[in-house]
Amino acid sequence: MSLSISLVINGEPRTVQIDDPRVTLLDLLRERLDMTGTKKGCDRGQCGACTVLVDGRRINSCLSLAASLDGARVTTIEGLAEGDTLHAVQAAFIAHDGFQCGYCTPGQIMSAVGLIAEGHANGDPERIRELMSGNICRCGAYQGIVEAVLEAQKTLADQAGRDGRRNAA
Amino acid sequence: MPPEASSPISAPTVRHGSNAGQPLTRRDGVLKVTGRATYAADNHPQGMLYAVFAGSRIARGRVTSLDVAAAKAHPGVVEVLTPANRPPLAHDPDKKMPPFGFRVDVLQDDRVRYVNQPIALVVAETLEAATEGAALLDPQYTVERARTDLSNGERFAANGVGVGAPPRTAHGDIEAGFAAAARITEAEYETPAQYHNAMEPHAVVAEWDGDRVTLDMPNQALSLSAASYAAYFGIPAENVLIRSPFLGGGFGSKAMLNGPQILAILAARMLKRPVKLALTRAQMYGPVGHRGATWQTLRVGTDDGGRLTALHHRSISATSSFDDFLEPAANASLPLYASPAILVEHEGLRLDTGTPGPMRAPGEASGSAALEVALDEAAEACGMDPLDFRLANYAQTEPGTGRPFSSKALRDCYAQGAARFGWAGRPLEPRRMRDKDGFLVGWGMGTAVFPCPHFPAEARATLRADGTALVETSGVDMGQGAWTALAQIAAEALGLDPDKVEFHSGVSSLPSGGIAGGSGHTASAGLALHNAGQNAIAELGALAMADPASPLFGTGNIGVTARDGRLYLRDDDSRSDSYADILSRAGRAELAATAKAARDPAVAAAHAMFSHGAVFAEVKVDPDLGQIRVSRLVGAFAAGRIINPRLVRSQYFGGMIWGISFALQEVAATDRRTGRIMNADLAEYHVPVNADVPPMEAILVPEDDPYVNPLGVKGVGEIGITGTVGAIANAVWHATGVRARRFPIRIEDILNGGASFRAA
Repeated sequence: MSLSISLVINGEPRTVQIDDPRVTLLDLLRERLDMTGTKKGCDRGQCGACTVLVDGRRINSCLSLAASLDGARVTTIEGLAEGDTLHAVQAAFIAHDGFQCGYCTPGQIMSAVGLIAEGHANGDPERIRELMSGNICRCGAYQGIVEAVLEAQKTLADQAGRDGRRNAA
Repeated sequence: MPPEASSPISAPTVRHGSNAGQPLTRRDGVLKVTGRATYAADNHPQGMLYAVFAGSRIARGRVTSLDVAAAKAHPGVVEVLTPANRPPLAHDPDKKMPPFGFRVDVLQDDRVRYVNQPIALVVAETLEAATEGAALLDPQYTVERARTDLSNGERFAANGVGVGAPPRTAHGDIEAGFAAAARITEAEYETPAQYHNAMEPHAVVAEWDGDRVTLDMPNQALSLSAASYAAYFGIPAENVLIRSPFLGGGFGSKAMLNGPQILAILAARMLKRPVKLALTRAQMYGPVGHRGATWQTLRVGTDDGGRLTALHHRSISATSSFDDFLEPAANASLPLYASPAILVEHEGLRLDTGTPGPMRAPGEASGSAALEVALDEAAEACGMDPLDFRLANYAQTEPGTGRPFSSKALRDCYAQGAARFGWAGRPLEPRRMRDKDGFLVGWGMGTAVFPCPHFPAEARATLRADGTALVETSGVDMGQGAWTALAQIAAEALGLDPDKVEFHSGVSSLPSGGIAGGSGHTASAGLALHNAGQNAIAELGALAMADPASPLFGTGNIGVTARDGRLYLRDDDSRSDSYADILSRAGRAELAATAKAARDPAVAAAHAMFSHGAVFAEVKVDPDLGQIRVSRLVGAFAAGRIINPRLVRSQYFGGMIWGISFALQEVAATDRRTGRIMNADLAEYHVPVNADVPPMEAILVPEDDPYVNPLGVKGVGEIGITGTVGAIANAVWHATGVRARRFPIRIEDILNGGASFRAA
């Protein structure tokens, strides 16, 4: 069996041949497209390390069959920075030491980007703790993660405000 | 209440340098937040095959058949390794590999000794085919009854505990101590099997070139492991190249060789193609170590003033049926509290489980959990505040030996932690505090302690004519921040800005950085880098002083200091010379120096060396449902000189979160009928998620240690667990009046008024 699907991955249209219906989005990215930034921690949707955005929504890519995603827009950790300029969430994770070993970090960051974009948890650390709880960090960098999400949320809101004013003018 | 999200980096370190001591952000930060940090399983050499091992579904018995034909018939499957065709190894896997290696299961026969033991390895063109092939093997077994706990395991006299520690240590006359006691408290404590569960599953990508092999794998002990793999494969150690630039968490589980990784390397040699193997999450519950269960008894004698007269700590520590790693839990009672008599003893218990191994604070964590609760129970019996009780039993010198501590700022830890937490005014009696929602509130504390090991290490420092430097050691960054902190130490020794220092690490071919374990890596590899840097500076100084064109010419008996890429005449900043000028006048493109570093045995013999701390916890307990939440956690730690306070704070937080986990969450639940772990996944084996963790504070208490090593650096990676577990358990008692003596503390134990393993 071979199936051809179209994906837009980090803004780039791709036609992907899938020769095996068992291939998950995670394994497609990691093993067939050489995009290894997204990590496999459990392969069961229990740890969040494989979180990516599909059509703007946070999903566990290990639980999603690639063949079911024809036409989807996929954003991974590799697609966040613009050249050498880090996304606000990425920069905030560094500034607040929101990681140690770094293995869960791509998933944490994608979850944070997703929940900020969805307008959740504005400035409320307790809500952020709750909403980030699908992403396990065994090193225990949680305090830095919450600080980073709070700051990034503010940075992005300020940016949006500036952009809004510019557009209105 | 403490500030909501941001706690300050509390205190400056005593010794400041230009680089070491600064809270730099991680040098590997950009790589990690962009997905460009390369972990083992991210490698994909040309022609690579995928290996998946089939793990036993029984705990004890024999494999009687495997449907190899069905697996091989599956499209994409290339080979199936079983005991029938597994190529030979040069080292007997049933013999221990010196110095620390365990016996491993690599298809040497049909015996099964634990669940998830490899019983076959399927190699295929794709991950999907290898996974399916392993599922098609349909193993049949003869099953023997599994030994799962204290009721059916086989007890034995221990020869040693931990990594080579004696099973029994006695100071003073324990019976005389109890005879002199006004009060004796005695209780039993149970700690469960726990699994490291690093976020990155164990993985290897193995590629052979003749009799040389390159291994991309997460590894905490590069040089040692390279030698061990070489012994298994009958090749010289220098033919094994291990690349481990990033580990997705280790916690002790990636320090030892394990069966699945050896099998994958063997398959790569057999099939003459690179092979990748990554364990599934479930497969990490068996062949890659865990923290063994303990059953501990503590007997504490006190006099009328609340001072200890005797401390007797016994542990029954579980291990596997075929190898010995006994959690040295009782040894936690040796270094901490002054008592005229201390006796610690261990006994082994054989279970049909994978062999336990070191897991973050091995022995210290489980032993401290029991000891700190036992101390609290003794304080309660004496009618004393738990902190006052600990201060009354403060050890000025090492208990038993009388050796001075190399440094010990524990009184400062108690004082600063208690002040920040607001400990004063805590009611002595339990069940006296409620919050506005009616939850029971309790405050508890515990003392943290961890030894300061030092591993031999080597390093090389190269000064370059362009004013930059290269420093090299096979260090390991598993999240603690070696890429950053070790570079800071090297930059300071070289008198250079860290941005001018290129740091090569994480590869076994570099000078040995020793072991990333025992909270000793920064001190061990750091001292080697420091020494190499100093040697390079000394050689550079000699060049300058012998050069008539140098402002430093002829000043050999005065000496120089290195700062900002220049050598300055000591106490005379008007005479200096830049590294670049010295080297270029000498016609040298670079100047390299090496160094070895180890602890001075005389200094070590004369001093007891430990990091210390005090942890204060607040819990809230639902009075009807027994649900427990940690609502505040304050730790104050003294660990010598702090190289990077930002990273150290993160290490303390991580350790304290492991303490929450130990106290309230982690347990591998074994089915007593089958020996299978019933919760071998991250949904059912609970580790803290973000919402489980309250606002925390870690106070960095200044401490100057002139003896522990020339850098004055102690360890910070493991101490955070110790103290925290007991603090939480004691807070639960203070909230509820119930002493929970088995971990994790369960709702049913609170509702039932406490339980011990004897009653279970």
